[in-house]
Amino acid sequence: MAELRSKVPQGPVAEKWTRYKAQQNLVNPANKRKLDVIVVGTGLAGASAAASLGELGFNVSIFCYQDSPRRAHSIAAQGGINAAKNYPNDGDSIYRLYYDTIKGGDYRAREANVYRLAEVSNAIIDQCVAQGVPFAREYSGLLENRSFGGAQVSRTFYARGQTGQQLLLGAYGALSRQIKEGQVKMFNRHEMMELVLVDGKARGIIARDMITGKLERHSAHAVVLATGGYGNVFYLSTNAMGSNGSAIWQAFRKGAFFGNPSFTQIHPTCIPVHGDYQSKLTLMSESLRNDGRIWVPKRKEDAEKIRNRTMKANQIPEENRDYFLERRYPAFGNLVPRDVASRAAKERCDAGFGVGDTGLAVYLDFADSLKRLGKAVIEERYGNLFQMYEKIVDENPYENPMMIYPAVHYTMGGLWVDYELMSTVEGLFVTGEANFSDHGANRLGASALMQGLADGYFILPYTLQNFLAGQIKVPRISTDKEEFAGAEKAVADRIDKLMSVKGKRSVDHFHKALGKIMWEYVGMGRTADGLKKAIGMIRELRKEFWKDVRIPGKATELNPELEKANRVADFLELGELMALDALNRNESCGGHFREEYQTEEGECLRNDQEYMYVATWEYRGEGQYEMHKEPLVYEELEVKQRIYK
Amino acid sequence: MKLTLKIWRQKDAFSKGKFVTYPIEHISPNCSFLEMLDILNEQLIANDEDPVAFDHDCREGICGMCSLYINGRPHGPDDAITTCQLHMRKFRDGATIVIEPWRAKPFPVIRDLIVDRTAFDKIIQEGGYISVRTGGTPDANSILISKVHADLSMDAAACIGCGACVAACKNASAMLFVSAKVSQFALLPQGRIEARERVKKMVARMDELGFGNCTNTYACEAECPKLVSRSNIARMNREFIAAKVL
Repeated sequence: MAELRSKVPQGPVAEKWTRYKAQQNLVNPANKRKLDVIVVGTGLAGASAAASLGELGFNVSIFCYQDSPRRAHSIAAQGGINAAKNYPNDGDSIYRLYYDTIKGGDYRAREANVYRLAEVSNAIIDQCVAQGVPFAREYSGLLENRSFGGAQVSRTFYARGQTGQQLLLGAYGALSRQIKEGQVKMFNRHEMMELVLVDGKARGIIARDMITGKLERHSAHAVVLATGGYGNVFYLSTNAMGSNGSAIWQAFRKGAFFGNPSFTQIHPTCIPVHGDYQSKLTLMSESLRNDGRIWVPKRKEDAEKIRNRTMKANQIPEENRDYFLERRYPAFGNLVPRDVASRAAKERCDAGFGVGDTGLAVYLDFADSLKRLGKAVIEERYGNLFQMYEKIVDENPYENPMMIYPAVHYTMGGLWVDYELMSTVEGLFVTGEANFSDHGANRLGASALMQGLADGYFILPYTLQNFLAGQIKVPRISTDKEEFAGAEKAVADRIDKLMSVKGKRSVDHFHKALGKIMWEYVGMGRTADGLKKAIGMIRELRKEFWKDVRIPGKATELNPELEKANRVADFLELGELMALDALNRNESCGGHFREEYQTEEGECLRNDQEYMYVATWEYRGEGQYEMHKEPLVYEELEVKQRIYK
Repeated sequence: MKLTLKIWRQKDAFSKGKFVTYPIEHISPNCSFLEMLDILNEQLIANDEDPVAFDHDCREGICGMCSLYINGRPHGPDDAITTCQLHMRKFRDGATIVIEPWRAKPFPVIRDLIVDRTAFDKIIQEGGYISVRTGGTPDANSILISKVHADLSMDAAACIGCGACVAACKNASAMLFVSAKVSQFALLPQGRIEARERVKKMVARMDELGFGNCTNTYACEAECPKLVSRSNIARMNREFIAAKVL
């Protein structure tokens, strides 16, 4: 059995990374040419890693399921990227960014990783500016910052409402340069189906060419998974339609442990659900909470009138509005962390004060800011978001307040990794959202982009090199080895099994049914009873899926239904593990809210005595998982209750 | 809503394609265009027919993967949006909707409505970046950029690489796409260093891949979901001439 060794270097937290780099092993240029690396995923974490490793001289192969690496879902991140530059002179520092991130994650992240993240954050901004990322500027020509949830300083750099797009295109540019130079080989429209282990080490993958359906073997000295999060287990989420958890799930089945699978972020500001044909939820950037005020009617009768459309938001006078975040959290107001804002919105809606046709919405109102700053300023800051809202909802947010409701957005959980970002499978590294490491039980806004690029540009090129230094005597791995043949056959068998079910119901039918169970019982409010019920229901649904799913067409051609079926089959297992993990954790922390464990004021009630650990799950056969604990030790920070009042 | 869909069906790159008509009913006007196609596909699967293949991913107008030519317009009958943001309320009840893939020689059809746009990646690989390595870069605020130029650069950088400009152009020209990338960097001091080489290489690759020339009809600008301006084409022409002459 693999053991949990976090490999955190000795010494004070601020010196650990420096010490690591001073003591790590390096690979000389001649040997780099002989070493191969596979990267799966071309988002911020994958593209930046592949480009940086290619520049160093390693031979890299990179895979994505989209038609181009530029489409990875990092592109949809809107608001910004954090860094501890302290350009606004408002009291920021590496220490404060680290502190805010640990506190924001409700003291469930690994301290040393978070400090390192804050430490390299500034270099990311330098790197991106050098690449030509057009960040927002002041008239002086200097970079502009704005504030985000969970922080009292302005440390967020942004490119209008398209920061993720611009950062990704920067990384895509760097990747494209390496492709041109022949250092990186690009495999687009390829999906990883299986991880290949040779002598217990990750030495390759089986990928499916999504145009021809052909299974391919690819080998390397190390494999990096940068495949993003698994929020689509909820069916409706802000993730892209193709975002999936299959790569990490296959690795899990091969021995990589899964850390905190139940830690899911529900984002407070999304466009509410409007019909059962709906395929996805659209996020409205957290940055909107800088200038928008969140409220619901103070009187139930007003909320009712709004729901049956006999009254409009603008007809409710100021004194009859409840700005519930400002009321409950005066110190942070509308900029409390996401989990807190989401729960507060749900609480108001559950209590009967929700608006919109369904009563599952709250207002995000810009009237005050429009008055204070004028339409031109608001348009410059959020123009594209307002336009997006109007296209979807068919209402003008400059005239009527936006309606928003929480939606699944990000998964803090993921494959367990040590300080070097290596999983419990030797040679398998996991970066970005796909790993569990830096955000604890709740991620702060504008920190996902920071983590993806930190891992890819500034951490993996060191830690992966340290591993590869031990591989220089290993010749290129042949794909004729029996391990590859066996893995390929396992994939082919599974595809055959799926295709031969020939049932009556579509893949989407099962995916939607799973999503409903997850949202109802493993969503914003969880209880022991509900979670037990969910586990039973998911097991039933999984059986049903393998008996009754219908996949048209053939496996040897472009077949989007087969692609979806493969992913949903994995979600049907992953969903159960998430529920198990949530059931195990008898406390509330960050985005994990067990209704049995709350303060009198409805805030999270942590149990540090019993649950200050990373719940790390090992695969022991389908539906059989064993939990191991990585205790969380805070050497530097004093652990406190998280208060935003 | 009740609609008649005429959809281009083509088995693969080597087969001949044709339009197939599908009636569809009970569509909510609040449904997005792609959700309407999801509903159609559910019905096709239930009837043991092959669902319609189309590209899509983020469904929020930013990844650039969706690519339908709807009633003669890339991304359909609305301005400044992608197909995934188009909603059925933009059509009238009883309408006939014709859905085709992008039509351009450098974008061959892979299946049904899916085309191969790797030609765009190849153009970017030729120089659509600043050749900076990871690490060793100066402090971000040591490079001053006027707000005007930073904003213009961002306007150009907003391109999502969907290919609507090529699909809209009678010459299948990629000038708007290429000029957006050329402009993004030409407007920034850190991009000036390689500006001349960049524009020459990218234009040469664009021509080599079979994209047509620009004849100034600006259909590209009219259909661009991100409102990338044709002034970028003028800037690229200026950069190109300067690069050739100087």
